[in-house]
This record gives sequence, C-alpha cells and structure tokens, in this order.
Amino acid sequence: MASIKIIKDKCVGCKLCVGSCPFGAIEMVDKKAVILENCTLCSICVESCKFDAIDFQKDEVSNAVDISLYKGVWIFAEQKNGEPESISYELLGVGRKLADDLKTSLFAIIIGDEIENATKKLIAYGADKVIMVEDKSLNYYNDESYTDIFVQLIKENNPEIILLGATAYGRSLAPKIASRINTGLTADCTKLEIDLEDGKLLQTRPAFGGNLMATIICPKHRPQMATVRHKVMKELEPDEKRLGEVIRPNVNIPTDLKIKVKDVVSTITESVSLTEADVIVSGGRGMGDPKNFELISELANVLGGAVGASRATVDAGWIGYSHQVGQTGQTVGPKVYFACGISGAIQHIAGMSSSDTIIAINKNPDAPIFKVATFGIVGDVLEILPLLIKEFKKA
Amino acid sequence: MNIIVCVKQVPATNEVKMNKETNTIIREGIEAIINPFDTYAIEEGVRIKEKTGGKTTVLSMGIPSVADLLKETLAVGIDEAVLLSDRTFAGADSLATSYALSKGIEHIGDYDLIVCGKQAMDGDTAQVGPGLAEKLGIPHTTYVRKIEEINDKYIRCQRMTEDGYDIIEMPLPAVITVVKEINEPRLPSLKGMMRAKRAVVTVLTAKDIGADSDLCGLKGSPTQVVKTFVPVHDVQSEMIEGEPEEQAEKLAKKLLSMQFNTSDSTEVI
Ligand SMILES: Cc1cc2nc3c(=O)[nH]c(=O)nc-3n(C[C@H](O)[C@H](O)[C@H](O)COP(=O)(O)OP(=O)(O)OC[C@H]3O[C@@H](n4cnc5c(N)ncnc54)[C@H](O)[C@@H]3O)c2cc1C
Ligand SMILES: Nc1ncnc2c1ncn2[C@@H]1O[C@H](COP(=O)(O)O)[C@@H](O)[C@H]1O
Repeated sequence: MASIKIIKDKCVGCKLCVGSCPFGAIEMVDKKAVILENCTLCSICVESCKFDAIDFQKDEVSNAVDISLYKGVWIFAEQKNGEPESISYELLGVGRKLADDLKTSLFAIIIGDEIENATKKLIAYGADKVIMVEDKSLNYYNDESYTDIFVQLIKENNPEIILLGATAYGRSLAPKIASRINTGLTADCTKLEIDLEDGKLLQTRPAFGGNLMATIICPKHRPQMATVRHKVMKELEPDEKRLGEVIRPNVNIPTDLKIKVKDVVSTITESVSLTEADVIVSGGRGMGDPKNFELISELANVLGGAVGASRATVDAGWIGYSHQVGQTGQTVGPKVYFACGISGAIQHIAGMSSSDTIIAINKNPDAPIFKVATFGIVGDVLEILPLLIKEFKKA
Repeated sequence: MNIIVCVKQVPATNEVKMNKETNTIIREGIEAIINPFDTYAIEEGVRIKEKTGGKTTVLSMGIPSVADLLKETLAVGIDEAVLLSDRTFAGADSLATSYALSKGIEHIGDYDLIVCGKQAMDGDTAQVGPGLAEKLGIPHTTYVRKIEEINDKYIRCQRMTEDGYDIIEMPLPAVITVVKEINEPRLPSLKGMMRAKRAVVTVLTAKDIGADSDLCGLKGSPTQVVKTFVPVHDVQSEMIEGEPEEQAEKLAKKLLSMQFNTSDSTEVI
C-alpha cells in the first residue's frame, strides 16, 4: 500500500508543506509536520519540501497494460438529426494537434441514424478517418447501446486517446466506457497537450469550481480518456477538399435494450442554448422583478444570444433552472457574458469566469462581480439595459 | 423499495486562496459539508421511500470524521448510514471510488435504486454515478430532474439535456444521478435530530466489504495528479463612466469594435 510520512529528523518545521497541501491534510505538532488522515496521497507536498523530509512510497498501479499496443487519437462526434454538434468540431480541433504531435491519425467516431452527410463535415474539419455506425435504432443517444458499440470499437482498434465532449451525453457515456474497460478518465479538461518527451497526454482541468487547476496523466492504462469543456478548444477552418476515409465497421448493434429512450423533448424557446451561445445575458436579483427579465430576453434577442440567471432568481421562481449559471447550474464560456444585477458570489463566478469578455452592470460599485469584469458599469440595470438595447438595435 | 444514496463530504467553500509570498494555499477554518447535489439525492430517496415503503441507506467513502456528517442525514429521514473508511481507499480517483462504492453496495445488498448527486463540488467530475452503475452491471441515467413514475420493477424519469430533456425508462435496480431541480430538500425535524444524535454509523473497511486492495485507492487509480496551480485571472477591468446614455453608447461601441456580430435574431435552430 502507498504510504507517506514525515522524516522527523529532516523536518525543520518550515511549514511549506502545510501551505502546499490542497486538502489541508498537514498540521504542525511540536514544530514538526504531521500528515493527517484526510491525506489523499496526491504527493504535491513532496515537491514543496526543500529538505527531503517527506517520504512518499508509491506502489505500482495495478492492471497496467502494454501501452505500445495502442495507437491513434479518437474523438466522439456528437450529432443531432445527422448534423454534428459544435463540440464535435472543437474536439477535432484539439484532436488534430494531438494526433500531429504523436504523428498518428485522427479518427472521428459517429454513431446514429442517417449520418452519412456528417462524415464529410468531420473530414473537412480535420478527421483523417471517420468510423461510422449507422442504424435506425441509434437515432437517439442511448447510454446502453452507445456504450456497447463504443466498447466494441475500442477493443477492436486500441486507440491511445479518446476525447468526448463534457456535455450531458458525453459526461454520461465517457465514465460508463472508462469503468467498463478499466481505464482513467479526466473530466472537463480545458487544456490538452502531449508531453513531447514521453508522448503522454497532459490533461489540465479546473477543480474546486475553477479555483484550482490540476494537470492529470494516465500513465499505465490505455486508452487515455478525457471529456473536454465546450467552447474552450478552437475548431479549425473547414477544408472541403480534405481527403479522408469513411469506415463502416462490423459491429453488433445491441437489441433488447434495458434502457429505453421514450422521447427527446426540446424546451428551449430561444434560438440558442446556454452552452452553445456566443453571447449570454444573465439577470440576477438586481433585476428586481420577474417582469423585468423581459429586458434580459430582449437584449439577448438583439444579440442572438441566450438568457442566463443567478441562482437567487431561479430559487425565487423568476426563471427556470435550465437557465441557472454557476456551481449548481451550468458552466458556460461564451465570447461575451453580461451580468446584470448579479452580485458575483463565488458560486456564480465558478460557472462563467472563463467567458472571453465579461460585462457587469450593478448599482453597487463594490459588488464582487466587478473584480472579474472586463467592462463594468456602475448604474441601474433598469435604466442601462433599455439604452443598451437601443444602441445595439442601431448597429 | 430499498434505496441507497451515495453521499460525499466536501469542503464548504470552493475558494482557494493563495499566499502570494510563499506561493502556498491558505486553508483556514474550512468546514466540511455534505456535497450540495447529494442533499437533493437524499431528499429524493426519502420521498420515494415515503411513497413505496422500504428502507433508505446513505453510503459514503471517506475519512472517519465523515460519520458525524452522515448522522445528520438521519435527521431528514434516512434510516441507516454506512461509511467505508480505510487507508486502503485513500487517493482514489473516480474509477477506484466507483469500485469501492460498488463493493459497499453489494455488501449492503438487496437494493432497488441507487441515487447519487450530479457531481461533487470539489472535483466536479460527475463520473462516479455512471462508473458505479457499470461496476454493478446495472443501467443508469444521469442529470435526472424528475421521476415521472417508479415502482419496484421500473423507473421512468426525465434527464436534463442542453436544450430540454429526454424521457428514459429503465428496469430496477438502477442508478440515477440528480440535479438541483428535482426537489427542495426538507429541514431536519426535531424528532429526526434526536434520532440522529443516538444513531450509530456502520463503519466498514476494505476487508469487510471484500474489496480487492489492488483496485482501491491510489493503487486502483489509473489517473494521477502531476501538478496543481491556482489560475491567475489577470482581468484588465475597465469601468465605463459617464451618464447612463454615455455609458451605454461607449459599451456598445467597445463591443461592436471587438468584431462581435449582432446576429440575426430571427434565426431559429
Ligand atoms: C452550495 C451553493 C451553490 C450555489 N450555486 C450557485 C449557482 O450555481 N449559481 C448562482 O448564481 N449562485 C449560486 N449560489 C448562490 C450564490 O451564493 C448567490 O447567493 C447568488 O449567486 C446571488 O444571486 P444574485 O447575484 O442574483 O443576488 P444578490 O446577491 O442579491 O445580488 C443582487 C445584485 O444586484 C445589484 N442590484 C440591485 N438592484 C439593482 C439595480 N436596479 N441595478 C443594478 N444592480 C442592482 C445589487 O447591488 C447586488 O449586487 C450557490 C450557493 C451555495 C451555498
Ligand atoms: N467518496 C464518495 N462517497 C460516496 N459517494 C460519492 C463519493 N464520491 C462521489 N460520490 C457520489 O457520486 C456523485 C458524483 O461525484 P463525482 O463523480 O466525484 O463528481 C456524488 O454526488 C456522490 O453521490
């Protein structure tokens, strides 16, 4: 079993390790560091110690595989009605770079019904090969059939990397696959790179609501799997002339499924969904009244964006939960985010701080939202919003 | 119907403060709480049991002090609490956590439904629910926002998606993970609090639940953290001054000059 201990003779009581521990699991007792039981063996403290006073014994990970047998970078191309979702293009964008660095091929995996047309687009956006599994029964995403098919493909082809979107479906499919084939999976990555020395995938992701970043590797297992946050990776310019191969593999399409998708209901009334939107206009309790949210919708409409909300307004019943941005709502990263009458509690900021440009309108000049805002207006939302709507209508 | 609710202890705040001089993380007086999403899982478990009869059990993997937190759940209607606590479990990633919880669930036995939160607030991975279902070899549905129907054979529920919801049916036993929209958790009752005080939490080790130590904790975790850092948000904040009209005009100009297109609002996907 892995173990960690302080070598008392070497410990000088400098407390550097105490501060380095993200879990608060080191304490000083009689001027010596002591490791508490909530230690997660992450070993971050080992590096922080200038006196080599932390002895970390790590045992080999069990069930390691022969990693040299695994080749190729795969992305899961989510689609709806035969049209690839934007996340698929973003995955191709980052996947292309990884495949080039590894000097290997980039594969897009697409599962669905009537998806032939989508394969051309996936190639134009960077895929070398598209593995397509087409069947009437696959028209809706189903955790059970999609997992079964994906696992068959993995076992047949041994890819070294698989990327999926950190979407509602991707975050359900990826852990189910990883758990079945016993490999590592890193959630919600915002940066992916190849370690050029050993070819490992370096996966960086936010933790603690974006307040801490962690870089994670999967050294002894393959494939290395990650889900990737929407709107973080850049898609490539499509090249209609790019050549690629479409493969229709021989797989068993599962029948007699336990899980049945009875209906797929779309409830969004706006033209774009929150996670897809380039512009989000969010309202908070400072809007004063649910009626005033019409101003939010109107600005969103003029800008072709989506409507967001703080939890306070959702809890008050002013707007539905599907609009909530933040730690217990959705994580968004649009080009422009308007926070109107939102104070900027850390739980709200956790869900929107990666937006490219943040605009805060708040009557309180000390509102914490101004700390993350690119542009701030101290003023009354009820006065500023109509004026802004007018300005953008003019444009 | 027997329901097991998986509950994780997380720090009450996500704020990570850095001591700029020593480049270290400041952690002072951070209280431990039940992962907020798991409170909805607890409430849903209790509500189902109130309708169908049976038993609710909370299950957690964590350090011994988590037992106190689990007792609190008995004040809101949970019947029993089980804690998996053993150094063998330390350092588990989501795969090793899924494995350990699945062994704990098999040990508890005779279950119909397992309810998890959508994700844990510290790691935000949302991987343990589906991972656990797979280890148990049973179906799962994530992001459940409403249970339309449930009996001892099957469940029909709504899974939240980016632009609406899916209606899913699956046979029991199964795993669901729930979002905040599903319910509003109740407050503890006085009777419940008294019961919680006297309650005993069952603490089990890896050996107790027959878990293979090779698949637990750090050893059973394919992923490894190699680096952590606090991101610097170097925001160049600019306050836009002037009368409201001026402010609106200046802001609009700035945004429009950033090649930010006002797209045709009639376009519907
Ligand atoms: C576990 C947990 C999870 C949470 N998850 C989330 C989450 O996912 N998302 C989320 O948003 N919150 C979340 N919260 C809640 C969060 O802490 C805040 O309570 C919430 O974000 C506050 O919403 P608000 O900014 O709309 O309201 P308030 O904090 O009340 O702020 C209103 C703001 O409007 C300003 N204002 C008032 N009138 C006007 C006016 N006429 N013109 C201009 N400005 C005006 C005020 O100055 C104030 O700054 C969570 C909390 C907890 C404990
Ligand atoms: N250590 C744990 N003990 C019990 N349940 C857990 C644990 N870790 C995760 N879970 C459950 O899995 C859900 C998702 O967690 P995560 O995958 O870590 O985001 C949580 O909301 C809990 O219901």
